[in-house]
Amino acid sequence: MTTSDDASDHTQRPVSTPTARFMKAIYVYEVPVRLWHWINALAITVLAVTGYFIGSPLPSLPGEASAHFLMGYIRFAHFAAAYIFAIGFLGRIYWAFVGNHHAQQLFRFPFWDRHWWAELFLEARWYLFLERRPKLYVGHNPLAQFAMFWCIGVGSVFMILTGFALYGEGSGVDSWQDRLFGWVIPLFGQSQDVHTWHHVGMWVIILFVMVHIYAAVREDIMSRQSIISTMISGVRTFKDSEEPADEEHKAPAAKSKTVPKASEPID
Amino acid sequence: MATLETFYEVMRRQGITRRSFLKYCSLTAAALGLGPELVPQIVHAMESKPRTPVLWLHGLECTCCSESFIRSAHPLVKDVVLSMISLDYDDTLMASAGHQAEAILDEVMEKYKGNYILAVEGNPPLNEDGMFCIIGGKPFVDQLRKVAKDAKAIISWGSCASFGCVQAARPNPTRATPVHEVITDKPIIKVPGCPPIAEVMTGVITYMLAFDRIPELDRQGRPKMFYSQRIHDKCYRRPHFDAGQFVESFDDEGARKGHCLYKVGCKGPTTYNACSTVRWNEGTSFPIQAGHGCIGCSEDGFWDKGSWYARLSDIHQFGIEANADQVGATAAIGVGSAIAAHAAVSALKRAQHKGDV
Repeated sequence: MTTSDDASDHTQRPVSTPTARFMKAIYVYEVPVRLWHWINALAITVLAVTGYFIGSPLPSLPGEASAHFLMGYIRFAHFAAAYIFAIGFLGRIYWAFVGNHHAQQLFRFPFWDRHWWAELFLEARWYLFLERRPKLYVGHNPLAQFAMFWCIGVGSVFMILTGFALYGEGSGVDSWQDRLFGWVIPLFGQSQDVHTWHHVGMWVIILFVMVHIYAAVREDIMSRQSIISTMISGVRTFKDSEEPADEEHKAPAAKSKTVPKASEPID
Repeated sequence: MATLETFYEVMRRQGITRRSFLKYCSLTAAALGLGPELVPQIVHAMESKPRTPVLWLHGLECTCCSESFIRSAHPLVKDVVLSMISLDYDDTLMASAGHQAEAILDEVMEKYKGNYILAVEGNPPLNEDGMFCIIGGKPFVDQLRKVAKDAKAIISWGSCASFGCVQAARPNPTRATPVHEVITDKPIIKVPGCPPIAEVMTGVITYMLAFDRIPELDRQGRPKMFYSQRIHDKCYRRPHFDAGQFVESFDDEGARKGHCLYKVGCKGPTTYNACSTVRWNEGTSFPIQAGHGCIGCSEDGFWDKGSWYARLSDIHQFGIEANADQVGATAAIGVGSAIAAHAAVSALKRAQHKGDV
């Protein structure tokens, strides 16, 4: 597989023939998934900002203590957003069961799927400018799925477990938070280490968000399918006629014969 | 030690009136967080039960636990506890020494097999077959194992016995090991702190004697009655924390006004102990009241969490001393730069192939 720019390659691809188009649009993200995505994005923003200021508070306020409740409000916002985050995540897990198969991707890590790994490295090569063209995906590409699974799937569980364990410290030994999540604290050693790891978790999610937003914008421009608008409308649109690599589709045989199979090398 | 007197008999013999005795029982009940209806139970236990022998061993430690213990005010160690329990072996406090002292240890172990309480101050080092701590010519770990074998229960005094403390701090050359990792077949009550509060120590012992059972323990094996809340939860400076009023540096205006010490590294929010309620030296004060943040001395591994004057822990895995924010921000800058570079190359590539998809 090369990244050749030779002319024959260009002529093979029926880019400009609208009749050969595979499918213009596929409904991918259902309403609950999209709703969760944006609520979650907001919750993470609030959690990261307030969380940072809990660890490193704002400059001290003058006057009487009774005149202020700044840390109280910051912590309240953190806990409120945390509940929204956690309940949203539970709802998202529920939707993985009842929604379409794209809703399961966040929770799946096909470790034993060699084909999946091959496509993951292909996608990585595309990001390293080693590949001429990325493949088409209706859902997440394998690399994106990998990041989603670890940073948001596993990452959310981690943050919810450590977060509620820390919250349980304040709500007391007999609170349901402590009964359900209190075991996390001795697991890490003691409270201080749970704080540290919760903090590290925040940075991991921040790094993910940075890459996520960049990749979404870049893919929207440079890849062969829509990205950003898909998370708003739910519909994935494609810029060319090739079949997506991850979809078992029922395209008419006449049409699919005119384009190269996804499993074949593109170039 | 032929026939063991009851607590009450010992106290009367020492000239304590019945009135004072009843007052002591009430105070003890209050100190243990028990209701008044349990006072008669304590009185009855004190009047009828023989004293329980306590063997107090010392491993790698600094004796600060003993120093704290002998300053207990409620109950007063001098008048009550040292009479109440039959402290038959404590090489720091006992009069006898040498072979005489070791003989007592053997005698008690044999006579009260399965009925004595073992109190351990400090911990055994395991490296070099335990040669870093020798008691009576033998490694301390041997003595500990021998005495623990027939003990009813074990009290781990202080952070050394409970978690390892300074001996076990990185890199722990002697492999100092907390008691519960050496003795695994006995109930162990951890009373951490460097040192633990005197009233907490005597309170734990009194509870065990009065009710003939070990106090309810939390997940980490500490008595719930003293270790179920953080310093932060009951700190008298807590309103300043909630208000967002902090000491930014020692000796600033906030420090003079007694604001929250969170920003100068107070570990109160992550430390389980009774300092902010019981306080020290007959309830006189505690570190935060004196203007210094809590150092978290009753928490596991508190020596290895970085500065006592910083809130965020050091993360040693990065080779340098860095906390979560430094590591995270560095990574964010790295990823941000990578994104910028990647975007630039992407734009160039795109310009290069303008027209094709």
